[in-house]
Amino acid sequence: MQKLILGNKNKIMAVQAVLIIGAFIAHYGFGNEIVAQWSFLIAGIMGIAPILLQAISALQVKVVSIDVLVSIAAIGALFIQNFEESAIVTFLFLFGAWLEEKTLNYTRTSIKELTEMAPEKALVQQEDGSFEEEDVDFVDEGAIILVRTGAKVPVDGTVLTGEGHLNEASITGESVPVSKDEGDEVFAGTILDNGTIQIRADKVGEDTTFGRIIELVEEAQDSKSEAERFIDSFSKWYTPAVLVIGFLTWLLTRNVELAITVLVLGCPGALVIGVPVSNVAGIGNGARNGVLLKGSEVIQDFAKVDTIIFDKTGTLTVGNPEVAEEKFYTNNTETYMSYLAAVESESDHPLAKAVLSHLALIDLPEVDETDVVKGGGILAQVEGRTVAVGNLFLMENQGYAISEEVLLDTQAFEKRGNSIVMTAVDGEIISIMGIRDQIRPGVKEQLEKMKQLGVKNLIVASGDNQGTVDLVARELGLTEARGHMLPEDKSEYVEELQNDGQIVAFVGDGVNDAPSLALADIGIAMGSGTDVAMETSDVVLVNSDFEHLNHSLSLTKATSNNMIQNIVIAIGVVIALVAMLFFTDWMNMSLGMLVHEGSILVVILNAMRLLGHNLK
Amino acid sequence: MMSSAVIHLETLTCPSCLQKIEAATKGLNGVEDDSVKVMFNASKVKLNFDEDIVSIEEINQAIEKLGYEVLKSKVKAA
Repeated sequence: MQKLILGNKNKIMAVQAVLIIGAFIAHYGFGNEIVAQWSFLIAGIMGIAPILLQAISALQVKVVSIDVLVSIAAIGALFIQNFEESAIVTFLFLFGAWLEEKTLNYTRTSIKELTEMAPEKALVQQEDGSFEEEDVDFVDEGAIILVRTGAKVPVDGTVLTGEGHLNEASITGESVPVSKDEGDEVFAGTILDNGTIQIRADKVGEDTTFGRIIELVEEAQDSKSEAERFIDSFSKWYTPAVLVIGFLTWLLTRNVELAITVLVLGCPGALVIGVPVSNVAGIGNGARNGVLLKGSEVIQDFAKVDTIIFDKTGTLTVGNPEVAEEKFYTNNTETYMSYLAAVESESDHPLAKAVLSHLALIDLPEVDETDVVKGGGILAQVEGRTVAVGNLFLMENQGYAISEEVLLDTQAFEKRGNSIVMTAVDGEIISIMGIRDQIRPGVKEQLEKMKQLGVKNLIVASGDNQGTVDLVARELGLTEARGHMLPEDKSEYVEELQNDGQIVAFVGDGVNDAPSLALADIGIAMGSGTDVAMETSDVVLVNSDFEHLNHSLSLTKATSNNMIQNIVIAIGVVIALVAMLFFTDWMNMSLGMLVHEGSILVVILNAMRLLGHNLK
Repeated sequence: MMSSAVIHLETLTCPSCLQKIEAATKGLNGVEDDSVKVMFNASKVKLNFDEDIVSIEEINQAIEKLGYEVLKSKVKAA
């Protein structure tokens, strides 16, 4: 019975609408009061049934819900034979709930789109070697899975056989397919554009990267900020309080009509839904744009950020040192450069790699003896000659003569933010090379926008030498540059700024900067979701570009404002309604319910604006 | 034996459903009170429970009795 009534709420609502319209036609068109009143009575009773059932089930678990207020009001209206009010109030309540459901579903679409990208089926190898389709929930780790062209990879795994191109847009945001073959890692939720592969399941279900992204977003949209928790506990007491006030009104005035009107007008309606709906729309917009915001607390804090700290490597720069300038002091450089390349090919130092890719030589002479000088470089014997590759310290240490010219060049190179690689053959300085990281394209413009969005301090805190850091800061117009920072220095620095009263966001790659990410008011992990980054940070940018950082900044500001607007609308409506009840004589239950349901729609529509929020 | 469950529900629309479902599941013997998390927007309930005391079917029934349809539920050993 209960299920029958609750399951057919929409049909009840439709019949009610017909009855109410019929009653009005009978009343105004034909003056037939008997038909009108009977229609209203039937519509009223029909409407009360589902609401009363919901109210009872709520009371059974000791919750005074809005249904309780509305049921008492509607039943009260029946008792004083105001069938019209009873019918219209219950109809509006049900209709409002229905509209609420429809619009709420719309605000949730972006997150739904994400969860619907989750794979559902997998072709799993059976004991006899054949492949059979299974529900992805039942796939075990270690299972062997076949993925055909056009299919979704169902698990995180390793390619065992076969090769193909995978579209990993759902994980990395990169829509250009990536080629994978034996031994490569593949991720759940990515799509095999061409080829056929067999993979071993390493992680399944919620443990996959994609599963964790979904979980993160789902938890975020339901996480509550301080303000929301306040509203929650407020509304827990608010509804019973309205009930008490209604009862007192009846005791004092003996006016049932007035008392039940108070119950309806006092409904908290838009207040309960206003904040969560802004939250879900904001987070939904982010999720669709590759910005994962971990909850509404994060939104509040991020909107107020006044200091952003960047960890230089990999965020502001390409993260790929290149030879930017070079100078030679002798002829016959071709032979010497082949010596240099030969020595550098023995090393896996990042500077050595930069030198090698710059020289791009293939036929290298043999290196006989190599000696690594700590903090200096390499000494080697090549074709019977002594070759030294390293910094100024190495050259001085070896007692080589360093001319005024070389010294001045070295200083100039360093000033421009280069790391230095000097080459000496048999004690004579042959060449110096300046190696530095390139600034990412577009970063400068985005940082400018960041300032326009109200961020006061843009700081770089890096492990590189001060010269390099200063250079990056000058080129990008940052407010401060700190070099020689170890991970623990960075987190201390974050703390220092926080004690200074600043709200600090830390942008990092999430691995070595985990302590700072965790400590900062807002930790922002850039780049595809690594485990540490996703866990310790508050904001994850799937695409590691600054446009998305700015998008998230402006989005959180818009969302935070949207919540405030909704709270003002919700509280304003209740105050206005109650005021009108006492100061005018035309306020009644039906009108009150209409305004309430209207205000609920207004806050939902207001939140929906966030779905289209876009950084100009 | 403690297990954790994720219960998918039909779309939740009223925030008061949240309170009701929370109260109903916490009221069951064998359900770890602190673990109950009703996710309004995701329309999911997450909780830990002791399979020796209460079954997932009983938990689902308690929720369905409130008028919310359970679409599917997943149980994992904790």
